[in-house]
Parts: sequence; C-alpha cells; structure tokens
Amino acid sequence: MQPTKDQVRAEAARLQALFLETGAKAVDPNILQPANILLDLYGEDIRARAYVTGDPLKGEQMLRPDFTVPVVQMHVANGDGAARYTYAGEVFRRQEVPELGRTNEYFQVGLELFDSEDAAEAEAEVFDRFSSALAPLGLRAAMGDIGLLIAAVAGLKTTEARKNALMRHLWRPRRFRALLDRYSGRTPPPPSRRALLKRLEREMPQNMVQAVGPHIGLRSEAEIEQRLETLRIEAAAPPLSAAQVTLIDDMLDIRETPANALERLRDIAVDMPALDPALDRLERRLDAMRARGVALDQVEFEASYGRTTMEYYDGFVFGFYAGGRPHLPPVASGGRYDALTRVLGQGREIPAVGGMIRPGLALELAGKGAA
Amino acid sequence: MRLKLGVPSKGRLMEKTFDWFGARGLELRRTGSDREYAGAVGGIEGVDLVLLSAGEIPRELDAGRIHLGVTGTDLVRERIPDWARRVEEISRMGFGQADLIIAVPKCWIDVDTLEDLDAAAAAFRREHGHRLRIATKYHRLVREFLREAGVADYRLVDSQGATEGTVKNLTAEAVADITSTGDTLRANHLKIISDGIIHRSQATLFRSKSASWGDQERAAMTAVERKISA
Repeated sequence: MQPTKDQVRAEAARLQALFLETGAKAVDPNILQPANILLDLYGEDIRARAYVTGDPLKGEQMLRPDFTVPVVQMHVANGDGAARYTYAGEVFRRQEVPELGRTNEYFQVGLELFDSEDAAEAEAEVFDRFSSALAPLGLRAAMGDIGLLIAAVAGLKTTEARKNALMRHLWRPRRFRALLDRYSGRTPPPPSRRALLKRLEREMPQNMVQAVGPHIGLRSEAEIEQRLETLRIEAAAPPLSAAQVTLIDDMLDIRETPANALERLRDIAVDMPALDPALDRLERRLDAMRARGVALDQVEFEASYGRTTMEYYDGFVFGFYAGGRPHLPPVASGGRYDALTRVLGQGREIPAVGGMIRPGLALELAGKGAA
Repeated sequence: MRLKLGVPSKGRLMEKTFDWFGARGLELRRTGSDREYAGAVGGIEGVDLVLLSAGEIPRELDAGRIHLGVTGTDLVRERIPDWARRVEEISRMGFGQADLIIAVPKCWIDVDTLEDLDAAAAAFRREHGHRLRIATKYHRLVREFLREAGVADYRLVDSQGATEGTVKNLTAEAVADITSTGDTLRANHLKIISDGIIHRSQATLFRSKSASWGDQERAAMTAVERKISA
C-alpha cells in the first residue's frame, strides 16, 4: 500500500511539528545545490547516487541528495553558538540498478543539533526524539559508535603514516582490512614493491625517477621522490602486532545490548587503553539515554554500525528498521558528524548530531497509505 | 514480425562481423550504394539487417528496437544499467579485443598497483588541493571498479577522445581507456597499473530481452542459433 504524496507531505508536517516543539528552527535549503561541494566531500560515488544537472552560469548543480550538507553550510555561514534546525522536504537519489523498496524521490524530515553544551545529552535527546516519534511502529533500533574505531586506530602502536592511512579508510571496510593485513605482515608486499625497495637500497631516488624517461603530468618529481621515501620508511617499520589486530577484530564483531557491549569493550580496553576516553563518552551517552527513559535493552549495539553507509559520521550512529523486512532502507537514521562540520566549516569544527526520518516509509509501515 | 540484427555500419568491425556470420552460413551484405546504410541477410529466412553506429547498438538492444546486436562487451556494461537483466550474451566472436585499463605516467615509479594509486591520490590531494583526475569515457565501469578496490581521492574527468594525451596536457593525472596493443599508451609515456585491468572486451553477439519475441522472431532466432552453433 503506497501512501499518496499528499499523505506523505502531511505525515512529514506532523513529524516536523514534533521537532518544532523542541524549539528547533525550520529551515528550507534549496533543491539545487552546487555539485562541486558534494563531489569534493564524497568523490565520484556521489555521481552514482545523485542527479547532476548543468546551469550555464553556476556550473554543475545537484538535486539535493540529503539535507545535512546544506544545513551545515547554512549554520557555518550564518549561525553562531548553539542552534537546532528541522527540515522537511524531498531528496533525490539516482539508481543505477533498481533498488528494492527505494524510490528515486522521497521525503525526509530531520532534526539537527549544533554546538550543544553537553554532547552525550544532545545524542541521547536526538535518539529519544526519533525513538518516541516512531514508537507506534515497533521498529528495531540499532546503534554504534565510529568514535571507538577512531580511538582504536589512534592508539595503535605504529607509525603516524599507517594511522593516517587507516583513518582515511574508516568508511571503506575492505581497504581498511587490506591495510591492516599489509601492516601486520599477513599479506606480503607485491613483488613489484619488493623490487622497488631493493633498488632504493643502492640507488638515489632522484636518479631512479630520471632514468625512466621524460617526466609528464602535474604530479612532480619531488612528489614521486617523497612517496619513495614514505615507502622506504614504511618497509623499515616493524609490523603491527597480531594482538592489536585481533583486538580491533574483536571490537568490530560486537553485537550486543548496549550494556553488554560496554562491558565487553571495557575488557578489550584493558589491552587497548586508548579506547578509554571513547568508552567514557559511550557510558555517559548510555546513562543520558537511560535517564530519558530510553529502553536500552531493546536496542542492539553493533560496533561496526554505519561504516559502509555513513561517511563523515564519526561518533554515535543509529538507525531504526522494520524488523521483518530487511530489504527496506532504514525508516530513520542519524548520528554525530563533527568530521563533516570540520570539512565544511573552514577549519572550525562544530559539534553536530542529528538524523532524518523517511515519512513515506513510516506511513507505509503504519498501514495508513491510500488503498 | 521479422528478427532484426543490428551490426556496426562501417570499418573493420563491420568487415569482421560480416566474415564471422559468413563463415557460419549467414551472408550479411550491404545493399544499394556504398553510402546507403541498408543491408540484407542471406542463407536464412525472416532476418533483417540493421546497420548502426557501433556505439548505438547497446541502446537499441536495451530499447528492444533490435533483437540481436553485435557490439563490444565494454559498451554494453558501460551503457546499459543492470545490463545482465536487459541483454544476454549469445556468442563471443573472437575479434575486436580490447582491454579497459587504468594507466599512469611511466615516470611514477612508485605506483604499480591500485593500492599505490590510492596512496598517491591521497598525497596528491593534500599537495594540490584537488582530487587526482582520471580521464575516461567509461564513467560507470571505472567508478564501480575503483569503488570495489577502495580507491579514494580521485575524480573522473570526461574525455571522449585522445585520452592518452590528457596527462601531458595537464588536464588529468591518469587515464582509464581502451587499449589493444598498448602502443598508444607507450607513445604517450604511460604504463598500465598491474592490477588495473577493469574489463577485457571483445565483439559479442547479444540478444535483447526487451524486444518483442513472437512466434516468428523465435523461429528465426532458433534458425540463427542453429547456424552459429553448427
């Protein structure tokens, strides 16, 4: 039973009214967004998901694929200090293959909190507001915390270069795994790398670059020599200990109630104390949620939650799902995205947490659609 | 209705296609003047020849305006979304071989694998303030390949021709293009990334799943299949 557009719009307004009651300011970003900002943030992948169109004067434009980026930009441009915003409107998603249960144009209703004084309290509030708004639907709730993985990587006993490379691929689990395997010696370097390293033992990088023929392109000889030096240092660095890799694996495997997950994470932190500050934040968040009356035992904590779909979300992440229908997209999702404000905020990082609901899907699940 | 067979309308691809069918007892020929794009199929009943630009054959197959078509597997994968649901490979024809590859300047002695390309892209972006540019006309195939491989910090720039020259002209840092012998790449001081072979293409006979398949078309199809599998 597909609800009509009018019904979805009315549901969006009803949900937005709940967010307005919390003191959020309604905002209405443009549908057409400059493409270069989204392309710079998400790379080519966004082209597969968003509609790109051209404007003769403004250049490439995108039909907004979500509201978060324009809301952050708006806050950075105008706002200062604590603020909360709500929006309701359509987003547009291109599909290269038909995706079951997803349409290429749908409504989102959102709530975003900026620069809140108490991070844990803000996170608990956002989850609670979404949970309450969706309570009648009996959805499955899941949460995670990308901050744990960030803390684990930061705490690895290895070179800064390796940590930076791992941080860069937090949201690409397969490449992240390949890097861990390479650094721990589980995958040996390819023969071409070994041959190159051997040559570096007796030849000058500068001579090696020049011997290969004419230099072409924007990437300079100095950049090539710099990377050769990076490779030499990397090869000389001792391998990442298997024990540390196992700790990360154990951590990412956790799927428990939040209370049990916290306990297991504390066990892991005995051998990986770098996790402690992130675990303190998690504990304070869970306390704040409990204090607001969130039934935490009904929520599943998945340590790897959001890693493939929520780039720039770098802390608390959550989603609400229709239990028996796993092919459907989340009815709601959100989290903390300080990393996004850091990129868009011209060097200034603004604590930000929020989320969005798909009112069309919520209506469909409630069985309120037109017959 | 008669079965429509779409084939490339000019050049070596047309000649080889005609030879391939000829060797299997299906005589493809152009009719009318040299410049007229009209043709006929001999040795079989109920089949019409449609001469098309090779690049348009995927679109015509997808739209179901032709029942059979000869084109490269690269073009089908690039131009038909969810291609395996839309068309079916009937026969690989053994010519028109070309590989879609990623190539970088030969002077990048530090880059041999996709892992190297990814690391170089990260450093390049920090240094230059923009993503490493890869020139191509195969946007979908390249994007999907690099996503699978976990390569980040790159950007595709469109290049419809003379792609190998873009690096020297400073409009791209790397290219993703079709090559058969590698001569053009070498002449332009480029080398292929060792695990950067995106797709090995060749001329292939495809069947459209969306064309109308009535009794007559199916009968003609059976006759074609009997000839080409003989």
